Amino acid sequence: MDPKEKYRKLKDIVAIYLPEDVSIDGITPKSHFINELNINSANLVDIVLDVEDAFDIMLENEDMDRMQTVQDALDIIDVKIGAK
Amino acid sequence: MDQKEILSHLPYTKPFLFVDGLRHVDDEGVKGHFTFSKELDFYKGHFKGKPTTPGVILIECCAQIGLVCLGIYLLGSENHAISDFQIGMSSSEMEFLVPVYPNEKVVVSSRKVYFRFHKLKCRVQMHNSKGELVCRGTISGMLNTKIHG
Repeated sequence: MDPKEKYRKLKDIVAIYLPEDVSIDGITPKSHFINELNINSANLVDIVLDVEDAFDIMLENEDMDRMQTVQDALDIIDVKIGAK
Repeated sequence: MDQKEILSHLPYTKPFLFVDGLRHVDDEGVKGHFTFSKELDFYKGHFKGKPTTPGVILIECCAQIGLVCLGIYLLGSENHAISDFQIGMSSSEMEFLVPVYPNEKVVVSSRKVYFRFHKLKCRVQMHNSKGELVCRGTISGMLNTKIHG
């Protein structure tokens, strides 16, 4: 998948769960989901489930633990798509 | 895990225990009941001279039966040690259709939407003894069996 397309798809998912005080322009690859984007751990689970559907992949508990930033998520998506 | 054992793991006690018993539990859902004794303290203030069960208490009752009892059962099925069980409600969205007055018995039934990455999301419904739908909605919570610093 085109990296730009992949990033856009992920960003669209994350945007759904952003609290009102964080703008969608605030999302960068370096953004930390919990500390910077103020997404709580319960909503992070929903992001992961949406990512699974959008990219047709399956994440494990270890992936969830490792997924701290937007870039982490992109890396995990790459690995999972590559493993298919 | 049997229904008695689930109840023994509930982290609540009077006056904030809103589960009397369970009728059924499996991997997909749970059904339980509670009777709102007229002696419950909040009836003195909600409402003045017209005791009515507060909506937040109905949510709590739905959560204790529909989310927490089911969560304990699911964790038990995964062979977790339940001794250090912790739960936090993360979100709820409910609509209320009919009021619940003192001494009414309600039945809560819940269906699992998903249980993944420690998050349990359920669709819950509460019915009164006439079979009327009292409230319905979705409740989610994070379940942990160890303490996070």
